[in-house]
Amino acid sequence: MSKIQDALMGKKNFVAFVTANDPDLEATVENVVALAKGGADLVEIGIPFSDPVADGPVIQAADVRALKDPDLPIERIFEAVGKVREKTDVPLAFLVYFNIIVQYGYERFAADCAKYGIDGLIIPDLPTEEQGELRPYTDEENIDLISLVTTNSGERIPMIVEKAQGFVYLVSSLGVTGERTTFAKNLKEVVRDVKRNTELPVFIGFGIHSPEQAKEMAAIADGVIVGSACVAICEQYGKEAAPHLEAYAKEMVAAIRG
Amino acid sequence: MTNENAKGRFGRFGGQYVPETLMPELNKMAAAYEEAKKDPEFQKEYADLLANYANRPSILYYAKNMTEDLGGAQVYLKREDLNHTGAHKINNVIGQVLLAKRMGKKRLIAETGAGQHGVATATIAALFGLECEVFMGKEDTDRQQLNVYRMELLGAKVHPVTSGTMTLKDAVNAALQDFAAHPEETFYVMGSATGPHPYPMMVRDFQSIISEESKAQILKKTGKLPDTIVACVGGGSNAIGSFANFIDDEGVQLIGVEAAGKGLHSQDTAATLELGQVGVFHGMKSVFLQNKSGQINPVYSISAGLDYPGVGPEHAALAETKRAEYVGITDDEAVAAFEYIAKQEGIVAAMESCHAIAYVQKLAPTMSKDQVIICTVSGRGDKDVAAVAKYQGVEINE
Repeated sequence: MSKIQDALMGKKNFVAFVTANDPDLEATVENVVALAKGGADLVEIGIPFSDPVADGPVIQAADVRALKDPDLPIERIFEAVGKVREKTDVPLAFLVYFNIIVQYGYERFAADCAKYGIDGLIIPDLPTEEQGELRPYTDEENIDLISLVTTNSGERIPMIVEKAQGFVYLVSSLGVTGERTTFAKNLKEVVRDVKRNTELPVFIGFGIHSPEQAKEMAAIADGVIVGSACVAICEQYGKEAAPHLEAYAKEMVAAIRG
Repeated sequence: MTNENAKGRFGRFGGQYVPETLMPELNKMAAAYEEAKKDPEFQKEYADLLANYANRPSILYYAKNMTEDLGGAQVYLKREDLNHTGAHKINNVIGQVLLAKRMGKKRLIAETGAGQHGVATATIAALFGLECEVFMGKEDTDRQQLNVYRMELLGAKVHPVTSGTMTLKDAVNAALQDFAAHPEETFYVMGSATGPHPYPMMVRDFQSIISEESKAQILKKTGKLPDTIVACVGGGSNAIGSFANFIDDEGVQLIGVEAAGKGLHSQDTAATLELGQVGVFHGMKSVFLQNKSGQINPVYSISAGLDYPGVGPEHAALAETKRAEYVGITDDEAVAAFEYIAKQEGIVAAMESCHAIAYVQKLAPTMSKDQVIICTVSGRGDKDVAAVAKYQGVEINE
């Protein structure tokens, strides 16, 4: 069992997200540690990308802030992860668009994930069918490739979850990330279809921001993933976001675990 | 010419690098296209619309004045500018919209750079009574206001895209996002031979009418295959269509002309195959202008239709195997060609096409008089007249 799966099995989980280098890498280290302190069960760190096609306006804006210098070396983000690891054991995953990994090199990227303490990768533009070229390298380093299932995946679900690792990321509704007031009507059925095919925990993400929504989603799945709402806090408080993120995580965890 | 496998690979390029939300719909599209391709009724309807709506076949014109002036190879122009809506884009749009209709879609979306593809999509949407929304970078809606108005006149809704560099790549991002949000009712009519499978294959097939005709036309006129084909490359749809039926004829040299903007050594360029690296973006593995970290570079060209940081995967494969050669032409050279072909041949060609013309001006004199070049004039240049006047310091009121 992977570190992620081991840490997340058998309970209701809260997964939080921040974009690296928003507004700088010191803040990122503090923010990730604060989320862990607030009770987040896994923290996703977004590697900023020039063209985040799967993301909505809030995370797009964070990527723009994070890429004030578009030449920001990915090595510096790994070093920041190393600093997070000095302070917390919370499972960490990168949210990263595939081109970043292609340029860094598959083998070197997987090796640096292992070296600095990244446990999983969420790659929004790498569907299951295209995972093959990267998978040997991540498997070698015991890094989970986390698969996404959407509410229109339908008959693709068994094929996707058969190869899934860590947890299954269920996208709450079609479209991009960002706060929503309604979710797809068939979420319960999709969770059931996923669970019929795997023992991995199923987390619901995209659009969840309030404790009420988190409670509702956690009731039908094993946890919730909250991205844009965390990033909105980073946007509002800049370098002083850490205590606010910690308080938000506490509130969400309380709602989820009841 | 069909060297892609079932997953849409051209050598190591192509593929389907998209969010899971789009995978079910792209698979449906690929399956529907495979069926349609074999259906004589579909092919008949496509051929009928090309002939009786789009004004095909387009003529292969012997450019006598240019040939004499350049003093080398005989220059023939494949006149895609004479198609309805004024560019090659309509060939592909007719094909994709027929497929959309076959799949029961009611809503079309499209991205557009210069506006030619948006106009073509709005046109066919009007013809078939379908809803149409076009995504266009704010930078481009500003420099191509006439085309924005044309699309609106045709009943389409134009969304100016204000993210990123506000040009073609951002319009593609916005269209992909819209498609991901509304996959079931929407058909994304992609304008170039780019993006995830099945688009590069499908767009190539629909544009290959260009070389199907030009091959028959040149054989009829000269009794032999041409020596060289020249076409401009942004994403690469008119070029792949111009090359398609000659790829297996190894003696025919294939040249794609990219926009070098202010020069290959400047930051302001869009010459992907000369300067880019292999990467994954907009659903495909191909070659992209990017920095060391893998961030996509802002690109530049005077021509809104060529300032795209990537290139279709089949071009990346043709470049890697050296079956085709890719060169860059600067803004200055393209503007000079715009004026040259207007004065020599009485043809106002699109700024995109003028990149190809400019290369012919360099190439023809190095070849012998019994050799033949076919250059594709991908579109007409009415849309560029104001911009060229401005470039030359002339103020005109439209």
